[in-house]
Amino acid sequence: MAGALARVIQGTKSHLGIVAPLTGVSNVPVRYQQTQTSPGKTKYGPLADADRIFTNLYGRHEWRLKGAMARGDWYLTKNILLKGTDWIVNELKTSGLRGRGGAGFPTGMKWSFMNKPSDGRPKYLVVNADEGEPGTCKDREIMRHDPHKLIEGCLIAGKAMGAQAAYIYIRGEFYNEASNLQVAIAEAYQAGLIGKNACGSGYDFDVYVHRGAGAYICGEETALIESIEGKQGKPRLKPPFPADVGLFGCPTTVNNVETIAVAPTICRRGGKWFASFGRTRNSGTKLFNISGHVNTPCTVEEEMSIPLKELIERHAGGVCGGWDNLLAIIPGGSSTPLIPKDVCATVLMDFDALVAAQTSLGTAAIIVMDRSTDIVKAIARLIMFYKHESCGQCTPCREGVSWMNKIIYRFVEGNASPKEIDMLWEISKQIEGHTICALGDGAAWPVQGLIRHFRPELERRMAAYAATCGPSKAERLY
Amino acid sequence: MLSSLRTGAQGLWRISSRALQTSSTLQHDSLFVHRDTPEDNPSIPFEFSAPNQKRVEALLAIYPEGHKRGAMIPLLDLAQRQNGGWLPISAMHKVAEILNLPRMRVYEVATFYTMFIRKPIGKYHVQVCTTTPCWLRGSDAVLNAIKEATGCEVGGNSPCGKFSLSEVECLGACVNAPMVQVNDDYYEDLTVEDTKEIIEKLKKDEKPKAGPRSGRFASEPLGGLTSLTEEPKGPGFGVQDALKA
Repeated sequence: MAGALARVIQGTKSHLGIVAPLTGVSNVPVRYQQTQTSPGKTKYGPLADADRIFTNLYGRHEWRLKGAMARGDWYLTKNILLKGTDWIVNELKTSGLRGRGGAGFPTGMKWSFMNKPSDGRPKYLVVNADEGEPGTCKDREIMRHDPHKLIEGCLIAGKAMGAQAAYIYIRGEFYNEASNLQVAIAEAYQAGLIGKNACGSGYDFDVYVHRGAGAYICGEETALIESIEGKQGKPRLKPPFPADVGLFGCPTTVNNVETIAVAPTICRRGGKWFASFGRTRNSGTKLFNISGHVNTPCTVEEEMSIPLKELIERHAGGVCGGWDNLLAIIPGGSSTPLIPKDVCATVLMDFDALVAAQTSLGTAAIIVMDRSTDIVKAIARLIMFYKHESCGQCTPCREGVSWMNKIIYRFVEGNASPKEIDMLWEISKQIEGHTICALGDGAAWPVQGLIRHFRPELERRMAAYAATCGPSKAERLY
Repeated sequence: MLSSLRTGAQGLWRISSRALQTSSTLQHDSLFVHRDTPEDNPSIPFEFSAPNQKRVEALLAIYPEGHKRGAMIPLLDLAQRQNGGWLPISAMHKVAEILNLPRMRVYEVATFYTMFIRKPIGKYHVQVCTTTPCWLRGSDAVLNAIKEATGCEVGGNSPCGKFSLSEVECLGACVNAPMVQVNDDYYEDLTVEDTKEIIEKLKKDEKPKAGPRSGRFASEPLGGLTSLTEEPKGPGFGVQDALKA
């Protein structure tokens, strides 16, 4: 869900419109203000093990408090808390950390919105662990193998915004992960790390787990707040933003699990250390999920701005049947438009480079599709997903996604008129930007990506269908 | 609503008119409205068991005063677990009573979230993910294998009543695709053989081994680590000077 949020923060229209002519030359020669590389650094990745934040990503070590402390969690947490709000926020700002849930909003800035003069209402931190974007499974690894990083992050983030409690909203299907997290929270309470006088710093802070019940839309921040309040997960109209009126009517910040979990390490090792990875404005390390047609699908922490090809070949064992067998890649979870092979060969995995390639980093969930893939069916299945998960609140999304679903399933077999390709494009444009939340955009983008890069394939299918079955009904009607 | 009007209208005109006739479309994969049945009607009493009463109190405690409604989803989930995996209408009424809310507020929530199942299901609820990442890795074959082994149709119960099969959207284990969820456990990296073995074990009420079936432990690359090969550094590694003081 959150992957689709980019529109709200960055303004999609400009991404997809203005930068269009730059496709294919996305990273090397193009220098527009936002993507200037830091001087002296031209190679990104691989990351050294000593610089990895999630040292127990694969669960090869003990995940409970003892193991976590042996790996350096909860070390000097009291000192960090005593440094105070401004120090923590400044470290985060220095680090250049951008939200890891998809929209990529600068975290330090987001936290600083919470430090307006208090009007007496309590403040809350909400952690978005409703991970449901197809392709994405990074937060799950954090919660089951490194839950203490998340809890410590809650405490530090809570201190930075003066929150009195954190609610971790975890998707209902993650029962075992929620159970690990709950055990870790109980351990932290017993050790005096959270609760009254957390870590002996004089700050009181509670962490609660709230399990959801199966709704992708609850990954949208205001829908998530509604859901914690015990209502249907239907997004709220903004403004007021959650930082003014959020959970239980109080100022609230919603952050992704990964964003929160990296905060303690950033504070310990310094914002400068974190900012030394990746290109300017895209700094840090990131968890990448590589799924689909690769030899060894895996989750891996890597430096931002690592070339996509290197990432796949180094960690995922390469594309099935070799790089030449690649058809297309969805680089950031289901809601980002796909990119064809020639773009994949050069693109860097960071926010700005992928925007220049007319797609988006989203949650950095890479779905690889080789030449054996029925690409139209793959996208059609994603649209079915959005149709199923649309909350039904806004008409363009509720009706439009159903229409797209009907049309695109006819495209799969070619039972359609080539004129309908433009019609489908127009529907997707009518959905995008006309809904309360970004689910509509997330549903529209995959279709736009398909039409942008695979129009000849769609037309070929329609011609093949017409050759065997005669003109389609749509052809006769339009 | 509209479709029922149309059906009524067609009934009146059927003989004389040549009105457009279509088959009714399926609006959703489950029915939204409640229909009284012998196993699910408001007169069947529902009470939380004694251990669950304690859990109810613990759940209510984490929400601030005046916002106890927040406990609705956890309470409905608890009721569903107590009732063998599905949520009868009397349990919804009980939750409404505990939270002091109109029943409608509970119905709204129970129909919105897909994990609340409002009709009796089998002991093992098999949920197959068929979204694109799993589909690319062969979830269709896994789904067919389950259909064959259990005799379930998607959305239905098996003839023996032990299994229920659902096709679900992304369950968030995409690098371990294809995968199925049985009740609370994930079974990952499946082949058709693994799937059959899982179902056979469940038929005998044995618990199959959860997690990936390909020999890996979690989400690491199969056949050798490409990262995190060193031992993790201990506390204090790389800590900035500003904190040490």
